[in-house]
Amino acid sequence: MKHIAIGILGAAALGLVASAASAATLDDVKAKGFIQCGVSTGLAGFSAPDDKGDWQGIDADFCRAVAAAVFGDGTKVKFTPLSAKERFTALQSGEVDILSRNTTWTINRDTALGLNFVGVTYYDGQGFMINAKKLPGVNSALQLSGAAVCVQSGTTTELNLADYFKSNKMEYNPVVFEKLEEVNAAYDAGRCDVYTTDQSGLYGIRLTLGSPADHVVLPEIISKEPLGPAVRQGDDQWYHIVKWTYFALLQAEELGITKANVDEMKTSDNPEIKRVLGQEADTKIGTDLGVSNDWVVNIVKAVGNYGEMFERNVGSGSPLKIARGINALWTKGGLQYAPPIR
Amino acid sequence: MQEHDLSFVRVEMALAQSAPPSERGLGAWIRKNLIASTGDTILTIIGIVLVAMILPQVINWAFINAQWTGTDRTVCATVAQGGIQPDGWSGACWAFVNAKFGQFMFGRYPIEERWRPILVAILFVALLVPLLIPKVPRKGLNAILLFGALPVVAFILLVGGMFGLPLVETSLWGGLLVTLSLSFVGIAVSLPVGIVLALGRRSQMPIVKMLCIIFIETVRGIPLITVLFFASVMLPLFLPAGVSFDKFLRALIGVSLFAAAYMAEVIRGGLQAIPRGQYEGADSLGLGYWQKMGLIVMPQALKLVIPGIVNTFIGMFKDTSLVIVISMFDLLGVVKQNFSDANWATAQTARSGLVFAAFVFWLFCFGMSRYSMFTERRLDTSYKR
Repeated sequence: MKHIAIGILGAAALGLVASAASAATLDDVKAKGFIQCGVSTGLAGFSAPDDKGDWQGIDADFCRAVAAAVFGDGTKVKFTPLSAKERFTALQSGEVDILSRNTTWTINRDTALGLNFVGVTYYDGQGFMINAKKLPGVNSALQLSGAAVCVQSGTTTELNLADYFKSNKMEYNPVVFEKLEEVNAAYDAGRCDVYTTDQSGLYGIRLTLGSPADHVVLPEIISKEPLGPAVRQGDDQWYHIVKWTYFALLQAEELGITKANVDEMKTSDNPEIKRVLGQEADTKIGTDLGVSNDWVVNIVKAVGNYGEMFERNVGSGSPLKIARGINALWTKGGLQYAPPIR
Repeated sequence: MQEHDLSFVRVEMALAQSAPPSERGLGAWIRKNLIASTGDTILTIIGIVLVAMILPQVINWAFINAQWTGTDRTVCATVAQGGIQPDGWSGACWAFVNAKFGQFMFGRYPIEERWRPILVAILFVALLVPLLIPKVPRKGLNAILLFGALPVVAFILLVGGMFGLPLVETSLWGGLLVTLSLSFVGIAVSLPVGIVLALGRRSQMPIVKMLCIIFIETVRGIPLITVLFFASVMLPLFLPAGVSFDKFLRALIGVSLFAAAYMAEVIRGGLQAIPRGQYEGADSLGLGYWQKMGLIVMPQALKLVIPGIVNTFIGMFKDTSLVIVISMFDLLGVVKQNFSDANWATAQTARSGLVFAAFVFWLFCFGMSRYSMFTERRLDTSYKR
């Protein structure tokens, strides 16, 4: 009830000022010389501070990619950590230029809250992690009937859980806690057999358990949580720059352009690669977008292609070791698909 | 002539004798304090058993098994957890604290500019310590430097943007830097404002009195977290686009006003404890209102409520952690934020980080509490029995 009330209040307030923020974000950004990027207050693999205090993760790297597209320099970003409650106000009031904060794309946010989501940088969804020692032989969520499930209260996670078990006519005992730390502690102490939250989060939590090897993340995903960056409504140019930065990351991976080989690729014979990297004569692809023609080169030099970004932050190059799964390119059976850059 | 010595009158003092053996030494102390009765004995045994059960494990965890240096999670994880420690190992991951120490102290303050907060800290200590030691002379000058000059110098150094110092936005501040600057400003502002509010509340002038009551009761009636939250989420919506109020400044104002309202009530308690005769005595000497308050009433009232004042300070010091709701990261906030670094995610990370944060908070609070006890003893004019 409280959340609904805050939501209504927030939506009303946002409605009042939806047009207040100035339109030409690109000009503002160029004038101040950096992009202000809203990130989370700490989520492993998406946006978390490293030892030096620099933000690392997919969401942080995405902002660097946009900075590389605009300025040719991926370091021209300033990060603003935002709580879940603050994030939409911060974007709407112009405090940040991009909200790249593991935010789920929903119709309400796209319409009533005045945001424009540019794409899905990570297809997440609610998943289950089980203690394989306590539940031997379980390899599907459909075998979880009668299990004790640890879940955080007052979240959509809790509702999705109830729906899933009800629709599959299974019984379960919810073990509910208010805070995430309490859920972690209870699961680690063995008070429940199953832990449910967003699947990307489960991998991070598994690292903090006493014996990670005993715990298995089940393949089922019971809810859609497409996470992606968002910008303000009413500024098409900025929206296009951010959106095509995302597509350029995907396109680069599809064409095999990596951080290491991007300079060689510039002289490639493949016309598509030449076009994407802005090496065609009289190309206007970049300038039409409002950036330089070698924008894709800059992006890839700054953060690599989408695949590199994924593996470095959440995949095999990180302690999280999340498999690509549905986040693979469409050519490899995943959902990541970019319209052509031409 | 004295034929009879009055032999029953002693001429020399009886020599002091040491206490009987049963009242002396370790044995007596143990008998008196640990096993005086059956109840005491049972409690002592329970206590010893508890200490014997807990202490070795704590020492083992915090020192013997602890890992002090390292570059990533492997030093703090067992082989099964993907690290290098033997199975069954459990120890503090001080390597995590070590690697993140700069962040815990300064937040995301740029590394090449960190000499600035360090310099401010040195100046602060150099001015605060002489002020706290009663024997050191020139208290007046010292106080003017600490409360007048230091804030200006600290502002210039920490924020920068002038005299060739690069600007460091407050959004980059964090860690102990935020905790201490919020607390110092809160303490320095809340005491004088609290005194004024307390006097205002006891004033004969109805409008002044009403304003003070309204302020105190309003501020005390709203949780700090609500004020911070509204200042952060709602305020930007009502300001014209582009006009933004520094978040840190919002937190400073919020925390200071809060502490002032609480302080006012503590001091009012002290004022009420001063007997009417003191006021009348001052009046009969022909002192004006401010002389009466400044020379007679306040010195007695403040001395009485030192424990209450320090209590408020300590409470406020710890309340600064609430700024996390507006995404400012004080010491605790930065520590918790770094739990999300997958490079350091182990079963021991959170524990070690929280123990470190608790220890730092304890150091400061304990210091304040000890100093207040010292001041109480020094100012003691035997009201106590």
